[in-house]
Amino acid sequence: MAEEPLIVARGLVKRFGEFTAVDGIDVSVERGEAFGFLGPNGAGKSSTMRMISCVSPPTAGELRILGLDPVRDGVAIRGRLGVCPQLGNLDTDLSVFENLTTYARYFGLSRAEARRRAGELLEFVQLADRAKGKVEPLSGGMKQRLTIARALVNDPEIVLLDEPTTGLDPQARHLLWERLYQLKRQGVTLVLTTHYMDEAEQLCDRLVVMDGGRIVAEGSPRDLIGRYSTPEVVELRFSGGGDVAGKLDGVGERVDALPDRVLVYARDGDAAVAEVHRRGLAPLSVLVRRSTLEDVFLHLTGRTLVD
Amino acid sequence: MAHSTVAVLERHLSLYRRLFWASALSSFVLPVLFLVSIGIGVGGYVGELGGVSYLQWIVPGVMASTAFQMAIGETTYPVLGDFKWSRGYHAMRATPVRIGDMVAGQVLFMVVRVLPQTVVFLLVVVAFGGLRSWWSVVTPLVCAAVVVASALPVMGFSARIDNDGYFALLFRFVMIPMTLFSGVFFPVAQLPVVAQWLAWVSPLWHGVELCRAATLGVAPPWPIWAHLSCLVAWTVAGGWFAMRGFARRLAV
Repeated sequence: MAEEPLIVARGLVKRFGEFTAVDGIDVSVERGEAFGFLGPNGAGKSSTMRMISCVSPPTAGELRILGLDPVRDGVAIRGRLGVCPQLGNLDTDLSVFENLTTYARYFGLSRAEARRRAGELLEFVQLADRAKGKVEPLSGGMKQRLTIARALVNDPEIVLLDEPTTGLDPQARHLLWERLYQLKRQGVTLVLTTHYMDEAEQLCDRLVVMDGGRIVAEGSPRDLIGRYSTPEVVELRFSGGGDVAGKLDGVGERVDALPDRVLVYARDGDAAVAEVHRRGLAPLSVLVRRSTLEDVFLHLTGRTLVD
Repeated sequence: MAHSTVAVLERHLSLYRRLFWASALSSFVLPVLFLVSIGIGVGGYVGELGGVSYLQWIVPGVMASTAFQMAIGETTYPVLGDFKWSRGYHAMRATPVRIGDMVAGQVLFMVVRVLPQTVVFLLVVVAFGGLRSWWSVVTPLVCAAVVVASALPVMGFSARIDNDGYFALLFRFVMIPMTLFSGVFFPVAQLPVVAQWLAWVSPLWHGVELCRAATLGVAPPWPIWAHLSCLVAWTVAGGWFAMRGFARRLAV
């Protein structure tokens, strides 16, 4: 028997006064999946996440989490979710360990169970040596790992991560991704928002691309790249202005002129570069790379993700 | 349900443990200094009031107003901070903890604080000969009622503001006048009638009069049920105001 998806949204809308943050989206997330909401700031990702975490009631449409109604059964649902919010809300006046035990008590764990769980999770996020210390001196990546440990304290069925690595340095991001990947392997359903393409490609089995409160595309990262982009992309930089893009007409399958560079979408990048040189054009720099979700996004919305 | 309230109480106790000694100074030592300077110092000039020594007269007032000030202190910056800076309420909101648990747990924490604080104060005061009746043993409960009745409306206020500048207004125009004109240092009967009405509305005045009736072993100015009803009215209205304020602020 097919299990009901853990999260189902139909025509989901969130309005704040006149402003429509989420404009009728359909989403379904299956158990064990890592599902991503990808989009620029203001796309409606965080508003969607807050509705899923049962802290913000939907304005219209249908939403069911774990087969329950988030407005009526909010308490029951929240007891089975783990939430990593975008804005940090660790208790900076409590120790690292106390942050976990205090939070565990909110979920009804006994004191002994809370302590046992806190110890385990600090091992998992590699912060066991900081247990007695304060939260304030921790680095951004450590705080984020602690927030993830906190979100796992009730052994949740779904973990919601709102921009989990925004503002972290590359090393901290990779450590975090690795931990999230471990969770995924343990069968935890992950739902995350991000505006980083590489993050979505690394972690998500399936994702939706959001723009202006709507879903503009849905699929696996590979699938989306296959559908909306070419296998390779050539990035060209030219000196001065002029209509370079016009002279590139017919090179590759599509040409996008950005303010600082020109992107040529091609099945074979090297062949496209050869063609550019054959036409007598002399770019300052040439970079042939594989296509990413960034290119998908650019194609779908006409804009880059991170400005 | 009750379980989540206890979890919230525990969080506030964990936070308080770090501040215990600093706060013990203001909760235990300051009221005693107050008694010595005003009760004995000023009392030496005042002599007797209503047939008892001035020290005995102000003991219940200092006790109730210390509880009142603790309630205001715990529900202004700490509440705004948990919305704005530490976002502790947002953290709770993502768990099975309900709005009612957040409010009740925090008020319970203040009650847990005020009970031992008042008992210690009573023990010190007994040494000074400040109590005249065994009814004094009920004063910790009266102080707890004052704390609940004043904490809830202020929590509602703090949940609705975004700028801590409003606290200066609250301190200047509500807390200090209330402390001065609620029968702590002199009988409100000495005030013009209009000012007396204001005292009658204040939860502190009812607490002071009930404590005074208990420590002196006399009847309070109003029937006991009338004083208690006013405290209950503040509790019910304040509870509603706080819950609504929290719910609105967290529903975004």
